[in-house]
Amino acid sequence: MLPHLSRLEDEAIYILREACAEREKPALLFSGGKDSIVLLRIAEKAFRPARFPFPLLHVDTGHNFDEVIEFRDRRAAELGERLIVARVQDSIDRGTVRDETGPRASRNRLQSTTLLEAVAEHELDVLFGGARRDEDRARAKERIVSVRDELGQWNPSAQRPELWQVLNLHIRRGQHLRVFPISNWTELDVWQYIAAEQLALPSIYFSHRREVFERDRMLYGVTAAMRPTEKEPVFEESVRFRTVGDSTCTGAVRSTAKTIDEVIEEIIASDITERGATRADDKFSEAAMEDRKREGYF
Amino acid sequence: MSTDTLICATAGSVDDGKSTLIGRLLYDARALLRDQLAHIEEASQRRGFSRTELALVTDGLRAEREQGITIDAAWRYFATPKRRFVLADTPGHVQYTRNMITGASQADVAIVLIDAERGLTEQTRRHLAITALLRVPLVFAVVNKMDRVGFKQERFDELVSEAQAHLSRLPWATTVKYLPVCALDGDNVVERSTRMSWYDGPALLEELETAEPAPVELGAGVLAVQWVIRPQREDYASFRGLAGRVVSGTLAVGDEVVIAPSGLRSRIARIDRHVGAESTPAASRGASVIVSLADDIDASRGTYVIARPELPAELAIRRRLTVEVCWMNASPAVRGKKIWVKHQSRRVVAQIAAVTHKLDVVSGKAESADTLVQNDLGTLELVLGDDIPATAYITDRALGSVLLVDPTDGETVGAAMLVDP
Repeated sequence: MLPHLSRLEDEAIYILREACAEREKPALLFSGGKDSIVLLRIAEKAFRPARFPFPLLHVDTGHNFDEVIEFRDRRAAELGERLIVARVQDSIDRGTVRDETGPRASRNRLQSTTLLEAVAEHELDVLFGGARRDEDRARAKERIVSVRDELGQWNPSAQRPELWQVLNLHIRRGQHLRVFPISNWTELDVWQYIAAEQLALPSIYFSHRREVFERDRMLYGVTAAMRPTEKEPVFEESVRFRTVGDSTCTGAVRSTAKTIDEVIEEIIASDITERGATRADDKFSEAAMEDRKREGYF
Repeated sequence: MSTDTLICATAGSVDDGKSTLIGRLLYDARALLRDQLAHIEEASQRRGFSRTELALVTDGLRAEREQGITIDAAWRYFATPKRRFVLADTPGHVQYTRNMITGASQADVAIVLIDAERGLTEQTRRHLAITALLRVPLVFAVVNKMDRVGFKQERFDELVSEAQAHLSRLPWATTVKYLPVCALDGDNVVERSTRMSWYDGPALLEELETAEPAPVELGAGVLAVQWVIRPQREDYASFRGLAGRVVSGTLAVGDEVVIAPSGLRSRIARIDRHVGAESTPAASRGASVIVSLADDIDASRGTYVIARPELPAELAIRRRLTVEVCWMNASPAVRGKKIWVKHQSRRVVAQIAAVTHKLDVVSGKAESADTLVQNDLGTLELVLGDDIPATAYITDRALGSVLLVDPTDGETVGAAMLVDP
């Protein structure tokens, strides 16, 4: 393995073990996306041959790509670990959130409420997430150990100091922690690690033919939840996804990369960031990510 | 540890042009991608700037954009053909000193900005003092805005002498290199300046690409045990793995070891990075590994596996610590205050036995004091409820540092460094 990947892996393993040792009820957010797939490998290295000291948790909008959901279930079964699925639909049915309507409706924002409901129901005090600081300007400022208050809010101007490599995982009753073991990884690091560890990924990360339409200068796959308007013609294109969030806000990029190595070549040659290329959810305002994080988004 | 990646912390007073320097560094090193540049250009136009304001690269939070200042540390990642870099951009304001310490405590090198026109402010002196206190192995003092002083060598020399005089009054030794820079136009950032022929040193990026800061470590191999792996499965019925991080030196299979603080002895039978997949003959500082010992002895979370037949003299078992501290909480440090001390993965209860000194960051003088308030640097005596194997911070940055945590709310209240007793 490349030396810098080993060093990043060392740090991530350390963070997982430290949080599990100091807190009572962690869970690892597993979406079937590449960052959380990397987290699962880190967890194997941190805790095998024993079982993970936490369940996996997925907040399912009901609008995710079928290939990714299938992959999620298969991976959890292979590992023999427990998977909790918290459904946005259940929150809608309970009346705690309202589904958006119209052609641009998305359940992306609603996830925050469902996530906090899962935290309360399962009395979780730590959520491990695969967020990285290179993804976004607000994430660039977040600590590895991030304290959330009773309402799940992030208070960016009162973050804890993080000193040397010593982690403080203490919280008051009602607070919980978001812990990001791969904070210091870049998109390229993630792909190089996937290559080095030969990790399996959902097929949509690789080039495939798909029915797409263009909206806001981005390509979207046609799914049950993501329908073009009459003014948005559908066409077939060779694409892959750089991120695999909810299908209503995750764009595809034109690509011919069919293998991990070809994807790495494309990333090295790319002149646009991962989120800039594919995530509509960050485009609403200059502070879109910060606003969503403040209200408890991952 | 290998320095294939260099961690750099930046610090400067408000308006020293720190964000501009970082923007310039990223821009000239071609580390900004198209959508990031488009975002900066758009934001510059919206705010009515006449040119693209590279400083906007580092603004992440709404409050920062509103106030035009940096509140919190931001991490940026970039690479040149020679090296990978992590930039921890830390704020200048005194009330955000804790965030500067966050960046500096993890850094291999620090970049401290000095405004050529305004000279050394109280903040600049504080930043230099903190990098010295935290023993950041190498500091680049960047004299920025040289265009405002006509690129004159006399002004640069004057500021270098002033900074040197300040540092010499501090009780801590540091290695500092000085560079004249104009971040706005890029002089001596990535490209060498053509407007300061009197300076024949390399540009900042060249310095960063070639810097080899010496690690501060004890030498003896030390594993801080985080977690004991005892699988509930028949094929691993007798498996007992001490999972943790090598915090100093190197441990190797076959090494005789002593457990601290218990003093029990054994030998390393096996080292794994991933049980069942690979086994490794040795592990060095930074590595997360699982160590199996030859004997079934008690070694739990918060203990240390030390690759020596006897506890080394420098790593003493302590119940009392004298520490230099940066106090970071609104509730002050006073005698009698109960705290938790976290040393690597070991937590012990403690009490402040005495506040002895407070450092005046401007004069460099230690004055006797009985209270430390937020952002004060000073000296404390701590009594511990349990043993800690520790060494002076100048001997080992990991084994000589502790976090001070307030047990009532879990907040980190102090960054503390052990002084030799």
